[in-house]
Amino acid sequence: MAATVRLPTVLRPAAGGATTLTVEGATIGEVLISLTTNYPAMRGQLLNDDGTLHRFLNVYVNDDDVRYLGGVDAPVGDADEITLLPAVAGGSLG
Amino acid sequence: MLYLSARQREAMIATCVRALPDEGCGLLVGRGERVEDVVASPNVAASARVYEIDSRVLLATDRRCEREGSDLMGVFHSHTHSEAYPSPTDVAQAPDPAWHYVLVSLRDAITVVRSYRIVEGRVDEEEVVVERAADGPETGTERRLA
Repeated sequence: MAATVRLPTVLRPAAGGATTLTVEGATIGEVLISLTTNYPAMRGQLLNDDGTLHRFLNVYVNDDDVRYLGGVDAPVGDADEITLLPAVAGGSLG
Repeated sequence: MLYLSARQREAMIATCVRALPDEGCGLLVGRGERVEDVVASPNVAASARVYEIDSRVLLATDRRCEREGSDLMGVFHSHTHSEAYPSPTDVAQAPDPAWHYVLVSLRDAITVVRSYRIVEGRVDEEEVVVERAADGPETGTERRLA
């Protein structure tokens, strides 16, 4: 399986400026591991050390947030478009 | 420098007031330094101390910008009990160095709106230029560090 991955502005330098990539993987976890293998500068920005999704990364398969589709186990097909966007969060807490 | 209309400034404040007692938040769409639209988001953190933009609003806005050729250029959120200055959490989690980070403080009787750039942990305030519509009650440009 190879899906199209749309990268946010902040991750493009790690991929030589590319806005979209074609990445191998049958699940979101496999796709993200392929990305960090091919583009080591993304390491630490996609997955935690335990293989779970980074807290401040939003991952979508087509129109759906993968947190509602099984997280890293969410299946990915050839026709799927995966979008990565940094979570937008913060607050007055210390 | 951040340029926005008085109406857009009011829209940000209204979103933050409606979210009380929680922090309110939303995204800024525009081109360069000029805001063209204020997009309110639910605060999915539902907290008076933390905010998080709804991931569905984020995706829809990102796609809209791509379609229109505009930029997702920043975010606004409120501090309900503290000043309009980025907290250490805001700085640590700032997602994009190209963005404008607008803080709305509802702590005092007079609402304070300020904007910042956050690059590699460094916080710099920028001027907010509030422009009134030519057919509005006031003409000309109001310049101030809001």
